[in-house]
Amino acid sequence: MSRIKDAFSDGKAFVTFITGGDPDIETTERLILAMAEEGASLIEIGIPFSDPVAEGPVIQAADERALAAGCTTDKLLDMVKSVSQRTDVPLLFMTYLNPIFTYGREKFIKRCAECGIAGIIVPDMPFEEKGELSGLCEENGVDLISMIAPTSDSRAVMIAREARGFLYCVSSLGVTGMRSEIGMEIGRLLVKVREVTDIPCAIGFGISTPEQAAKMSAISDGVIVGSAIVNIVAEHGKDCEPYVREYVRSMKSAVK
Amino acid sequence: MRKGRFGEYGGQYIPEILMSAVQELEDAYEYYKNDPQFNKELDGLLRNYAGRPSLLYFARKMTLDLGGAKIYLKREDLNHTGSHKINNVLGQALLARKMGKTRLIAETGAGQHGVATATAAALMNMECEIFMGKEDTERQALNVFRMELLGAKVHPVTSGTMTLKDAVNETLREWTRRISDTHYAMGSVMGPHPFPTIVRDFQKIISKEIKEQMLEAEGRLPDAVIACVGGGSNAMGAFYEFINDSSVRLIGCEAAGLGVDNPKNAATIANGTVGIFHGMKSLFCQDEYGQIAPVYSISAGLDYPGIGPEHAQLFETGRAQYVPVTDSEAVEAFEYLSKTEGIIPAIESAHAVAYARKLAPQMGRDKIIVVNISGRGDKDVAAIARYRGVDIHE
Repeated sequence: MSRIKDAFSDGKAFVTFITGGDPDIETTERLILAMAEEGASLIEIGIPFSDPVAEGPVIQAADERALAAGCTTDKLLDMVKSVSQRTDVPLLFMTYLNPIFTYGREKFIKRCAECGIAGIIVPDMPFEEKGELSGLCEENGVDLISMIAPTSDSRAVMIAREARGFLYCVSSLGVTGMRSEIGMEIGRLLVKVREVTDIPCAIGFGISTPEQAAKMSAISDGVIVGSAIVNIVAEHGKDCEPYVREYVRSMKSAVK
Repeated sequence: MRKGRFGEYGGQYIPEILMSAVQELEDAYEYYKNDPQFNKELDGLLRNYAGRPSLLYFARKMTLDLGGAKIYLKREDLNHTGSHKINNVLGQALLARKMGKTRLIAETGAGQHGVATATAAALMNMECEIFMGKEDTERQALNVFRMELLGAKVHPVTSGTMTLKDAVNETLREWTRRISDTHYAMGSVMGPHPFPTIVRDFQKIISKEIKEQMLEAEGRLPDAVIACVGGGSNAMGAFYEFINDSSVRLIGCEAAGLGVDNPKNAATIANGTVGIFHGMKSLFCQDEYGQIAPVYSISAGLDYPGIGPEHAQLFETGRAQYVPVTDSEAVEAFEYLSKTEGIIPAIESAHAVAYARKLAPQMGRDKIIVVNISGRGDKDVAAIARYRGVDIHE
């Protein structure tokens, strides 16, 4: 049984995202432990990339800050190796295919497993190209997270059947970032997915308020929040921990 | 061979949200590429609107001056809008309209693809939005105004290095925001499948015409075809019909900026490694952690850290060779062609002219070189003046 799937067994999940190394690796480490204490069910750590095409301005800026501060894949792996021994909350990496490919696919996935990473999310690797990593992930016990979007239509069932850990459901069109309104179209797709698989489904992209979290968790197994947290980090820098704690607590209580 | 692959290169590495859009495009293209009505309409546009066929001009003075191989210039600069970009854009705009799309979005570097897209959108009553790196909007201010004059909205892109790669990022992001009525008119033989194939097919008319015109003028094929390479669309167009003619050398000229050993260059084949970016597996300038390198060239159109996947394959198999050309060599060639033949080439195309100047004297007088003049240089005059320290106002 996957540790990630387990995280959905006790009520609805609240999944948080921060960009690794923003504003520095030490702060990322403290935030992981703080978010775990405040009730995050899964924590995604973004490995910064120079050209994150699926991200809106908030996470783009975080990636730029992290890279300018000297964050690298190796430094994040070392940090995760240490922090994963101090929390039971499963940790995931979110990054683009190029940093993984250039690092060396096999070396990267093996190191992820060694360092206690439970899963990876690669937004520019669709179903048709997942062979780049799926075999290596299976061999090393790392869940390769699949994504569906409102445009997936007939593709959603095909993707869901082979999904591991949880199914990442993109709430609406566009890139990551806070939205004032989120439509319900992804909900219709989830109904179809549930007919063929019992994989937990978590909704992400655009969710920032407790009201949105409540609405989206009502139609799914959990919600994912990234830009809103990254925005707090941007605003308060190294002193962001108490603000992130407060925010995670308020969101966690809305996810039911 | 897997779908959309050129050897190991190519593929469809894009967010799930765009997969249905590229599959819809692929289905439409597979249908319309063999549709007689579509081809008749496109042929009519290319002849009566773009001004094809473009001339294959024998550069007598340049040939005499260099004292070696005969030099012919393929005059894509004479096309409507001033470059080869119109070939691809008319094809994609027509295809998009057949698909029921009413809005075109596109990236642009030097502005030539943006101008061509804005032109096609005006002609076909489509909305048009162009994404252009902020640095490029300053280098190519005239083209920004030209696009606006044609009715397009131009978005200066302020993320990353504020050049062509960032413009591609932003156009991809815009596509994920609005898909159902929008076609992304990709400007080069890059991006996810089916774009590298579609753009090549719409550009291969260049080599088809060169072949016919050369057989008529000389009764034989050329010995070498030279073209500049950024993403690689004019080169792919100039090379394609010669790929199976092994006697024809195919030479792509990359932008070496201040030199291949200087960090300020954009020579992907010389300095790049295999990576996955902008939807494709290909060669990219990047660091050991896969961060895409900030590249540099005096030419905004060649200032791109990657290369189309079919070029990566042509390089790997040795069918084509790729050579670096520096800023200073390109500027000298820009001035040389202007003074020698009275033809002001785009600074991009001047990279190809520069290599022809090196190669021609090494070849016998019975040999023939074709240089693809992919665009005209009017847009570059102010930048070349600045390079030479002349302060002129546009």
